[in-house]
Amino acid sequence: MRTRAYRHPLNGSSMPPGRPLLRVSDLTLRFGGVTALAEVGMSVDSGRIHAIIGPNGAGKSSLLNCISGLYRPTGGEVVLHTDSGQERRLTSLPPNRVARLGVARSFQNIELFEHLTVLENMMLGRHIHMRQNVLSAMLWLGPARRQEITHREVVEEVIDLLKLQAYRQKPVGTLAYGIQKRVELGRALAMQPALLLLDEPMAGMNAEEKEDMARYILDVHELAGVSIVLIEHDMNVVMDISDRVTVLDFGRVIGDGTPAEVMENPRVVEAYLGAGAAS
Amino acid sequence: MPAVETGRHHTSYRSEQRLWHTRPQIVRMALLAVAAAVLPFVLDNYWLAIANTALIAAIGAIGLNILVGYTGQISLGQGGFLAVGAFTTAILTDRAGVPAPLSILAAVVLTAAVGVIVGLPALRLKGLYLAIATLASQMVIIFIVRRWGFLTEGQGFVDVSRLEVFGFRIERTTFEQQWYVILLVITILVALTATNLFRTSVGRSFMAVRDQDIAASAMGVNLTRTKLTAFALSNAYVGLAGALLAHYTEIISWEKFTIDVSITYLAMIIVGGMGSVAGAVYGAVFITLLPVVVRMLADVLGGVAPVLSRQLPAFEHAAFGLVIIVFLIFEPRGLNRIWQRIKDYFGFWPFRY
Repeated sequence: MRTRAYRHPLNGSSMPPGRPLLRVSDLTLRFGGVTALAEVGMSVDSGRIHAIIGPNGAGKSSLLNCISGLYRPTGGEVVLHTDSGQERRLTSLPPNRVARLGVARSFQNIELFEHLTVLENMMLGRHIHMRQNVLSAMLWLGPARRQEITHREVVEEVIDLLKLQAYRQKPVGTLAYGIQKRVELGRALAMQPALLLLDEPMAGMNAEEKEDMARYILDVHELAGVSIVLIEHDMNVVMDISDRVTVLDFGRVIGDGTPAEVMENPRVVEAYLGAGAAS
Repeated sequence: MPAVETGRHHTSYRSEQRLWHTRPQIVRMALLAVAAAVLPFVLDNYWLAIANTALIAAIGAIGLNILVGYTGQISLGQGGFLAVGAFTTAILTDRAGVPAPLSILAAVVLTAAVGVIVGLPALRLKGLYLAIATLASQMVIIFIVRRWGFLTEGQGFVDVSRLEVFGFRIERTTFEQQWYVILLVITILVALTATNLFRTSVGRSFMAVRDQDIAASAMGVNLTRTKLTAFALSNAYVGLAGALLAHYTEIISWEKFTIDVSITYLAMIIVGGMGSVAGAVYGAVFITLLPVVVRMLADVLGGVAPVLSRQLPAFEHAAFGLVIIVFLIFEPRGLNRIWQRIKDYFGFWPFRY
């Protein structure tokens, strides 16, 4: 893997590639009588692109929401291996604490701060790294002022990587869909995450836009070295860019392995193409 | 960002951080400063009193806009919060003999604390439900102010002695002029600190909570802390406005802080522009001037249509309602946006865009 020399490394983890980064074990999530996730287990290695695929309603987004703390699972646990060698349970933490441990995410339906500019959105990605001192902010004191510049420099690296220069001062609500998706990726990347969770970054895009987005995701992975968990529907994209694939169906893991292995898995073929297609 | 600024390229982040970049901006601010400085010498006491009322309203509206416009937490409790500030300073100055600056500070702190308590429901409630919760706080505060005899010593009102700051006492003859200077300086400080807030991390987290609270928490924003900070900060400004109102009017009673006041302040930020410090000031000036203008119209047209002056309060209310409806339909982003469009128009002239 070639990692470009950045003044500010965008990868928040110094773990060498291939080491276990995130472990999901026996994760169960029920909404009343509906079981969204049933004893899901998976393991994400650092420095990899790990795809989660599955038919609609398979529980992919629920899994991501459990990891990032938006849902509290009924059972099981999610453990993040931090840089310092600690194992942190994410399952009992609120989303803002999970974010502080270096887990960043994007959303399936764009959830940008629509009235804010691209810059402001990305500066919010720096929130966990910034001090919030109300008095210093109101008086525009040196520390508050300098802090804005320091973190702006990190944001500029992200803007550079994702080629968002032309949109810095535009309110994101006015931008085209594809650009908004990229801003969302950038906002998450500005957090200098140890793990980046992307929920369908290519949803609703045409082939060309998908190619662009796939390229940006690969850049984030290869140039910045960030570990990525990715939910995606388009099998071609998944097969092309991911190192490892976990397949969910009806809240259960039905396949796990390299893209080639998963393609061969009869249960996966059945889930996607229907019973009888495997033979 | 207004379109006029396109084509401006900064060579350092510091230059981009400045509040005013272009020559027209600086000239406008200078003209505004000159106008503000000349005002007390050209206006008579009647108009200066209106200016002073508008300045106090501007402080309160900036405070309310921090909560409603910037953080998206709707509040119908403005009147009650103003009352907390006003009664705190009035009672401390009038009865305990606390020096005015200290009692105003106490009012600010206490109103902020009340804001945190009233803000607690905001951790669970949004939108209309929060509006009802803050409405409840308005009712509770006014009920306490009305019925707790201790506050007004059973009189129903509190007299506040003439403002005295470190031996400097406001003169009766130049009352309005001196107050104008004091209020102008405080309003400028309030506007500046509020503006600063929203170009830093703290203010951005407020706006993030307004636009997408789930995404904000996924970015590491602590929703509980952010909302309560917004309530406290907003109320600190509102408490300041209430305290100044008490010292300026020198007599306060619960009637000055009813639900009407809450709605009037909401109207100010709707008309001025939600989520804009300048907008809050425009709105405060506009809504303060509105009844004055209606009265002038009634005087002028009194000969032709005597019904105007006979039914003056009705027409004032009608004008108020009409203004809000017109703004909501034609320019929901308020006077601030209209002003921006005017600047754009002349910036691009003779082209359309």
